[in-house]
Amino acid sequence: MDFIAIFSIFILACFVGYFVVWSVTPALHTPLMSVTNAISSVIIVGALIASAASGSAASKWLGLAAVVMASINIFGGFAVTERMLAMYKKKQR
Amino acid sequence: MHEVAAVNPWEALAYLVSGVLFILALRGLSSPASSRRGNRYGMAGMAIAVVTTLVTHELANPIEVLGAIAIGAVIGVVMARKIAMTAMPQLVAAFHSLVGLAAVAVAAAAYLNPIAFGIADASGQIFTVSRVEMGLGIAIGAITFSGSVIAFLKLNGNMSGAPIMLPLRHLINLGTLAGILGLVAYFTMDQSPWVFWTVTGLSFVIGFLLIIPIGGADMPVVVSMLNSYSGWAAAAMGFTLGNTAMIITGALVGASGAILSYIMCKAMNRSFISVIAGGFGADDAGAAGGGSKEQRPWKPGSADDAAFLMSQAENVIIVPGYGMAVAQAQHALREMADLLKKEGVNVKYAIHPVAGRMPGHMNVLLAEANVPYDEVFELEDINNEFAQCDVAFVIGANDVTNPSAKTDKSSPIYGMPVLDVEKAKTVLFVKRSMGGVGYAGVDNDVFYMDQTMMLLGDAKKMADDIVKALNGGGH
Repeated sequence: MDFIAIFSIFILACFVGYFVVWSVTPALHTPLMSVTNAISSVIIVGALIASAASGSAASKWLGLAAVVMASINIFGGFAVTERMLAMYKKKQR
Repeated sequence: MHEVAAVNPWEALAYLVSGVLFILALRGLSSPASSRRGNRYGMAGMAIAVVTTLVTHELANPIEVLGAIAIGAVIGVVMARKIAMTAMPQLVAAFHSLVGLAAVAVAAAAYLNPIAFGIADASGQIFTVSRVEMGLGIAIGAITFSGSVIAFLKLNGNMSGAPIMLPLRHLINLGTLAGILGLVAYFTMDQSPWVFWTVTGLSFVIGFLLIIPIGGADMPVVVSMLNSYSGWAAAAMGFTLGNTAMIITGALVGASGAILSYIMCKAMNRSFISVIAGGFGADDAGAAGGGSKEQRPWKPGSADDAAFLMSQAENVIIVPGYGMAVAQAQHALREMADLLKKEGVNVKYAIHPVAGRMPGHMNVLLAEANVPYDEVFELEDINNEFAQCDVAFVIGANDVTNPSAKTDKSSPIYGMPVLDVEKAKTVLFVKRSMGGVGYAGVDNDVFYMDQTMMLLGDAKKMADDIVKALNGGGH
């Protein structure tokens, strides 16, 4: 994809982020942080490409290390968010 | 323009779907009722992104890759299960550092094997745009990593929360930043390894230098800011790889962290610049001396008094602060509220945005103690109710109730939004002793008001004693 197309997506996504995040209730700001943590680990995509490619051993090992780190974040981030969200309960009536 | 390898349209579409699912994940957090569904959308988005990458790239060695994912999964899930809710800020800081380091590793891998990433021509010359993206990506990633490590050490108590001030630090920081930007610019003309690795090294150093002068009280802002950086790092890598899922996510996370930093700054009436400049909390110890010289009269009270007053009340507002969580008093507090509700008392909780150690932290701590979320209110939603309430029960909070923030221009916390507890008919103030002062080191006029009763003691023991008194009073 050429740079301008990608840049357009980026700018529009910034606006989407701005509005979506302001609509998050303050009571859930901690889960917001842990879930953004999990999703920013989508850089695992880059890590997988590096670890899958042949041609440079150093590149492959850096990629594998990044896969481990990003996986910790993905699984840990989603799991801890789930754990927190499960605690939020409504008044019993 | 260079020839771009033909992108499989299904692949591009799959990444777009995963980006949209991430947007829905955040959208779900607009209410606790929809939040868990949102989290599932996030997981689905991630699964789509990972599977798409795996099926569209030929894996040289699938066992290694799947093994790496499995190792990460086990570590991550164990950490998520074991962590105490009070330690959430440290966990988030630790996770940020991993995002940062992973971004550095990916950028370095792309630099070492650019053809595999489709960002170089056949002779190995990396495209100019890609060099800028890569340079910025590794710089932001490295800053996120070293900054988060310092934030983690400060939050976890391995390192003193006091700001560490280097001489000439502003000059050093600005010089280092200029050096990084200059080298990234030079990198577009010369892709030699020394340029790339110097940018990396300098960025690790600047992340460290930026966070060490920031005091413990400002850590909620720092954690939010690093959250934002981790997003921009992911976005920069998304540009390098031309991947929409990464770009959308990076923008979402970047915006999220920036907004949370803004909310935290506003809640403390601190400007973002002054937080970054650091040093808050270093020079306040001297200022505290002034107020405590004059001994003002105050009224002590017991757990029995508190139990009696609250059980006779119609409306009680509980104001919890981090001290309450440190004393692990949240369960006893909820038990106290349950007993009061049984007696027909209307109980609500009032939360100041900086009641915990990170945005929304106190809400999680109360939720963990089974406090229903519809009894918990944010400052702006409940502040006008103090005038009608019979008892304000302040436990483990101090600065966030200090009326001098509204009136005394010389006060270090002047301008900070505070909870108007002084408007309640009676204020019950649980505090360890009369000597200690809050983070900001200022005396609180609420202690000395006629309608205030000071309940001195450990927050958990006091809450337990009130529960006992309430149980006893029933017979």
